[in-house]
Amino acid sequence: MTLFESLRHNRRAAIGAMLFLGILLAVLPFTVGSMMGNSWLRILDFALLYIMLALGLNIVVGFAGLLDLGYIAFYAVGAYFYALLASPHFGLHLPVWLIIPGGAMLAGLFGIILGAPTLRLRGDYLAIVTLGFGEIVRIFMNNLNAPINITNGPQGISGIDPINMGGVTLAKPIEFVGITIPSLHAYYYLFLGLALLIVFVSIRLEDSRIGRAWVAIREDEIAAKACGINTRNIKLLAFAMGASFGGVAGGLFAGFQGFVSPESFSLMESVMVLCMVVLGGMGNIPGVILGGILLTLLPEAFRHGAGPVQMALFGKILLDPEALRMLAFGLALIVVMLYRPAGLWPSSTRRREFKGEGA
Amino acid sequence: MKPISAALSRDHLAMTNTSPLLIVEGLRVAYGGIQAVRGITFHVNSGEMVALIGANGAGKTSTLKALARLLDAAGGSVRYAGKEIVGLPPHQLVGQGIALVPEGRGVFPRMSIAENLLMGAYCRSDKAEIARDVDYVYGLLPRLKERAQQLAGTLSGGEQQMLAIGRALMSRPKLLLLDEPSMGLAPIMVQKVFEVIQTVAREGMTTLLVEQNAKLALEVSSRAYVMESGEITLTDDSVKLLADPKVRAAYLGE
Repeated sequence: MTLFESLRHNRRAAIGAMLFLGILLAVLPFTVGSMMGNSWLRILDFALLYIMLALGLNIVVGFAGLLDLGYIAFYAVGAYFYALLASPHFGLHLPVWLIIPGGAMLAGLFGIILGAPTLRLRGDYLAIVTLGFGEIVRIFMNNLNAPINITNGPQGISGIDPINMGGVTLAKPIEFVGITIPSLHAYYYLFLGLALLIVFVSIRLEDSRIGRAWVAIREDEIAAKACGINTRNIKLLAFAMGASFGGVAGGLFAGFQGFVSPESFSLMESVMVLCMVVLGGMGNIPGVILGGILLTLLPEAFRHGAGPVQMALFGKILLDPEALRMLAFGLALIVVMLYRPAGLWPSSTRRREFKGEGA
Repeated sequence: MKPISAALSRDHLAMTNTSPLLIVEGLRVAYGGIQAVRGITFHVNSGEMVALIGANGAGKTSTLKALARLLDAAGGSVRYAGKEIVGLPPHQLVGQGIALVPEGRGVFPRMSIAENLLMGAYCRSDKAEIARDVDYVYGLLPRLKERAQQLAGTLSGGEQQMLAIGRALMSRPKLLLLDEPSMGLAPIMVQKVFEVIQTVAREGMTTLLVEQNAKLALEVSSRAYVMESGEITLTDDSVKLLADPKVRAAYLGE
């Protein structure tokens, strides 16, 4: 962490670190793919989607301090937007460059729809309303198959068009200057690119007037008003920005998965994304990214590893890996909150505050 | 509604030469069915410090919140620099030159002192002037300068109150609204906070001070209004009110 902060002051070291990170991220799918197989490559792709989600929720929860328990609804909006406009369900096959930005905008609009009635709410009350909102969206997806079949109900929508850019579909291996890029790798690069874009936007927002206004509202709303901040618009903007990131991730998810159903957007998913933000370090972008990576990879590692390890140790499976996974996950959360209450990688301000240091 | 001239003559405006910056007429504030402020009328002249004193629950803070547009007025008019401000959204008031120091140390605890001050200049974009004003505030409050990078939440109550005043000044207000600056502070800190308020007032800042500590408020202000159950019951020069036996009995504990 101190290493990270020292990089800010040393230009050459910073460029070197960026270069190293860039090469690492570029070769990662090939190393993971050849060493650990395709299932881990898929997990890696999902980790990038979750990073986008966590960064989106971080704007609402981390920056503006508005507790949102229904964030996955915006992911659902983006995913269903893509699914409805690029699948045999309605026979529509619109191009990706229309659907993804469109999904982001629609999700942003949903963010405002959620934000507008909750402007006066904070903390517990806001959490309950947002939780309800998330469930409403999911239940709508579940039941909008009658009288007119829009969402195809619990069966979900299948056969969704894979992401197709400029006539090149990511569903099949791509030949590119003599190198064959398999489908999962191609998705990885696309997701990585968009995740980096979202990281960049997040960093710029944090340093902007809007970012400072969000923090001011989080700290003291009345004082923020007294400073001349239009708290209503700035809060709505937080909801809209956060939601639009979720909408982008949702669209990518639909194209990647080829199938969406309401099941993917349960309350548990909202809680997971919130855990990524809180565990990683609320309001701190590198922390949130770390939270997203850890909470995607570790449960999967447990799922894949718990069975074989028990077989090797005891000769049989004593505990169901799935049950064990949730147990370990809960335990990990408690331990982190006890020993690192500000998150694994908190912002320097929060770290100072939790240690009770002055300067 | 009463004509302005009638309201002003009742406030013996004739005695002062300066023009009123703030004219409040028949202001009413209600929480549901309960009237907290029952049609009060007062004014603040340019360059003077006016105190609004009274017991707990008299409606002082409700009045101030309505002026700062944090609460909706149930009726009446508030004219600032000749313009009606009752319908304006709160964030626009700062741009117009009205700055509120909220009740109970409204600082941003997880921002540094320097960041808190810069938030006060949120509506301004003149960087060089902002830097000059930061220096001015540090000159006024040297204790804050020593700790510019410290988190505001780690300051003592009195220092937070001073920071809140400094932050309000950063918007270059023409009218400063102070809500109970002595609240919850140790007596020694109250003295220090009031010294700062007096310094600011002496430099010509038009100030409306809402305060439960009647003695202090009357000592620093030039005129005062006494509020009781949502109404203004008494008004005079602060010196005269300090000597008034009724005020002494009711508010100064004699």
